[in-house]
Amino acid sequence: MRTVIFRTVAPYLTSLMVLFSIFVLLRGHNEPGGGFIGGLIAASAFAIYGIACGVAPVRRAIHFHPMAIAAFGLFLSGMAGVLSIFVSRSYMSGLWTSVHFFGNWIDLSTVLIFDIGVYLVVVGAITSIALALEERDRD
Amino acid sequence: MEALFALLVGALFTVSIYLFLSKHIIRILMGAAILGNAVNLLIFTAGRVTREVPPIIPPEFDVPQSVVANPLPQALILTAIVISFSFFAFLLVLGYRAYQDLETDDSDEMRVAEPVDDVPPPLGY
Amino acid sequence: MSAAAPSLTFLALCLPFLAALVAPALTRRMGHNAVWILALAPALAFIHFLGFLPAVADGGAITGGYAWVPSFRVSFSWLIDGLSLTFALLITGIGTLIVLYSGGYLKDDAHLGRFLSFMFMFMGAMLGLVVSDGFLMLFVFWELTSITSFLLIGFDHTREASRRAAIQALVVTGTGGLALLAGLIVIWNITGVTQLSELIGLGDVLRESPFYLMALVLVLGGAFTKSAQFPFHFWLPNAMEAPTPVSAYLHSATMVKAGIYLLMRLNPVLGDTAAWTTILPVFGGVTLLVGTFLAIRQTDLKQMLAYTTVSSLGLLVMLTGFGSDHAIAAAVLYLVAHSMFKGCLFMVAGLIDHGTGSRDITRLGGLRAAMPITFAAAMAAAFSMGGLPPFFGFLGKEEIYEALWHADTWSLAFVAVAVIGNGLMFVIGFAVAIKPFFGPVRETPLHAHEGPALMWIGPAVLALGGLVAALVSPVTHRFVSSPMASAVHGAPELVTISLIPHIGAPLLLSLITIVFAVAVYLGLDRARRFADRSLRAIGWGPDRGFDQFMSGLVRGSRRITGVMQPGRLDIYMGVTFVFIALALLVPMAVYDEWPARPVWPEDAAFHELTIMAIAFIGLLAVIYARDRLTAIVSLGIQGFAVALIFMLFGAPDLSFTQFMVETLSVVILALVMTRLRLTAADHRPTGQKLIDFSIALACGTGFMLYLLAVTQQPFRPYLSEFFEAYSKVIAHGGNIVNVIIVDFRGTDTLGEIAVVMITGLAILSLIRVRASRPDQPIVDNDPDSEPTPTGAWRKGRKLGEGA
Repeated sequence: MRTVIFRTVAPYLTSLMVLFSIFVLLRGHNEPGGGFIGGLIAASAFAIYGIACGVAPVRRAIHFHPMAIAAFGLFLSGMAGVLSIFVSRSYMSGLWTSVHFFGNWIDLSTVLIFDIGVYLVVVGAITSIALALEERDRD
Repeated sequence: MEALFALLVGALFTVSIYLFLSKHIIRILMGAAILGNAVNLLIFTAGRVTREVPPIIPPEFDVPQSVVANPLPQALILTAIVISFSFFAFLLVLGYRAYQDLETDDSDEMRVAEPVDDVPPPLGY
Repeated sequence: MSAAAPSLTFLALCLPFLAALVAPALTRRMGHNAVWILALAPALAFIHFLGFLPAVADGGAITGGYAWVPSFRVSFSWLIDGLSLTFALLITGIGTLIVLYSGGYLKDDAHLGRFLSFMFMFMGAMLGLVVSDGFLMLFVFWELTSITSFLLIGFDHTREASRRAAIQALVVTGTGGLALLAGLIVIWNITGVTQLSELIGLGDVLRESPFYLMALVLVLGGAFTKSAQFPFHFWLPNAMEAPTPVSAYLHSATMVKAGIYLLMRLNPVLGDTAAWTTILPVFGGVTLLVGTFLAIRQTDLKQMLAYTTVSSLGLLVMLTGFGSDHAIAAAVLYLVAHSMFKGCLFMVAGLIDHGTGSRDITRLGGLRAAMPITFAAAMAAAFSMGGLPPFFGFLGKEEIYEALWHADTWSLAFVAVAVIGNGLMFVIGFAVAIKPFFGPVRETPLHAHEGPALMWIGPAVLALGGLVAALVSPVTHRFVSSPMASAVHGAPELVTISLIPHIGAPLLLSLITIVFAVAVYLGLDRARRFADRSLRAIGWGPDRGFDQFMSGLVRGSRRITGVMQPGRLDIYMGVTFVFIALALLVPMAVYDEWPARPVWPEDAAFHELTIMAIAFIGLLAVIYARDRLTAIVSLGIQGFAVALIFMLFGAPDLSFTQFMVETLSVVILALVMTRLRLTAADHRPTGQKLIDFSIALACGTGFMLYLLAVTQQPFRPYLSEFFEAYSKVIAHGGNIVNVIIVDFRGTDTLGEIAVVMITGLAILSLIRVRASRPDQPIVDNDPDSEPTPTGAWRKGRKLGEGA
């Protein structure tokens, strides 16, 4: 597996996949995609990087412990639901707003925050599993 | 078309249960992976199958403009796929750890919790 | 009644529990002197209940309480009439003395605080039991007395005998408690009421019900186990393993009287039937004789007293069963007298033990001079126990003979039982009061000395109480005996008996009793040998039976567990799947709901059929794979085929997800499998393979037929239509699947990602277990990195911070 070509290509492939996963995440509300799929794509990207170049560079690259990322995602998703309580709506009601951004109207919502939370949980948990399995003990 | 799906679901269940009945954890694990697919496809078929029209509303309309695939089972299955994958990974690691500690993959020999020559419980007070 | 009274009563009921809470801390600070303060709790409750005496003497009953579960009409409420009040006064009054006594008895015990805590908990439970009005509250306190007595009897838990006695008491009385609960539920179903105070008037409804006998037997099951009636009597003498204050309290006035209390309480509603007036006297009479016979055999002071307690309880059950005016009056008088003299004698036994270091009656003698106060208290109690004037026991015994003396054979038989029983109890009473104190002085383990004041206050007060109560008998009758007898009888009743004996049958019977008793006393050693010999000849008793029952229970459970849990995964799996197959196929066969014969889908396109075929081939390949790589690849093939099917049938989201998951599955499976030195090939013998395949095929067919039947039903798309109609309008999303996941069913998704997170944590911890083993350090598979003995995560973190 650790051929020169694979090891050379892997960082670029991973970057592209992560970028693509964010794209899939953001378009999810209106087109096929969403947090679960995006998260899986990003996790696969890290797994590929890990197989090609070893686990340590991956851990260096994502900086945080994957489980911490997952925990932050879970927190984010939970909080996204709490926001609606402040405007006297029941838990998990979606709130929407639009902002003007470089000449385009962009829809922002608590639902999007929730989906980002899902994305982070999936990325974190599955990357953590994959990396843990890629680390092998000496026997 | 549902009949064909039912046949496939039946085959998936048969194979996965046949693997489950084996004594080797690796085969049991593969059975678990197939069981996830079997159940997902069961739910999918029970919501009826529609060809090629995903449940997506075009940007310029408020409701779908034609008959679309049933979105509800899809929503159920989407999360189920991810969860069954996490469990598959968990079982895999569990089996692997058991193999490391007990040095066997035969479920008959994994008897730490329920040993064969279990000592009888004490009869005193 | 003032508004403050209900809450004061509630406070009085809570006082023992509060004392239980502070007892350990207070004892740690003040040592055994803490009992002076702690005894205030039952004393205050005693004073509070004393205040009710005038109202209850005038025929009133105090009720109060709070709603508990209003929808089931369950309430925390109390009913204080003559019966409850007498019991409450005995419990709190004797309780006060016992707390003081415990302070002296366990003066140097490191666990005095714990002991007092248990004692107060028991006291609170017992107090709650006798004042409860609601059925459920009665049951809860009933079982609470069983549990707290378990703790008290097993207090010295380093000795096996203590543990055995505690378990025995818990099993016998706890099981009886469950019977009581069943009985109360039956009564509730018959009458529809949940309060004792409402039940009192409904005796006729209950007696005429076809379920009367069932209710009676169940209630008696509770009462007889608690009050140690034959053949459940064995736990009581064994419970003498407990420290003496426990015996003096539980086995004189409280725990064992709970069963008597229950019978007396239910006498107006369950009594006066053929079953009641037969079962109770017969069991009571047998218990009376068995108890005294067994008592004669003993030489240990506490054991002798314990067996006479059994016989006294038999006498009380017998009298309650007769149910006539005099019988109830006799039961009431004897109950009060017994609580006082038996409590006193137990404490005397404890004093002798404390003062000399021995409780064996054959090794004690001549203590009269060394322990004068103990001796005086013992003599007074023995007079009361023997039914001699001028003590309260005399009133009780006269009333017993008055009640039993009728000319028919049935009554005469019980008169004989009572004479023998009373005579033998007389013997035991005086054996305890005379043998240790008279005769030559014997050598004892400790130099004989009188106990401290803390210890002789209790017996002295109780001995005096037995005397005073009899001397002022009109007052006692007005405030205690008559109200209590009225409550037991269910109709007003006046107790009039006094110390002046009137010439008649009862006096004659008393004289016969005394003559019989003196004769036995003089030949006590011979009688003991006789009893000992006959019991040895029998060689088996309920006590042995209990051991056999318990070991049978353990062996039986082990055998059943061996069958149910053979520890073989393939058997568990096989059984599970056989049942799943049956659950799927049997209902369809029984109700003839097989799906219609499906038709070949004409519209199935070639590429669709191809993908299905690929899925089938993948499945077959998984089974027949000879090496692990083929198996993994085949697994991937069927997974990707399923992903393609999702794609073709309008589920692109599912398709992508399935692709990613299958990829990752294959990757991690390959990662792990390459480290296992094993093959995926099947090692099962052919016969086993055939059986397994039949089970699997039955399940698979079941699921297939089930799915066919489901799809042949008309589809109801309500929910799907709702989501399609509102996805854009309400939730502003075009991808309906995604909108359902993150918006409509967002809370579900939150739970699901939490599951994913937890699995991740579980896997990490499984791997950490390996990492923590020093002989197998984790190393990175990075070809450039140096192997390190520490966890890779920590290393990664360090490097990450450095970067």
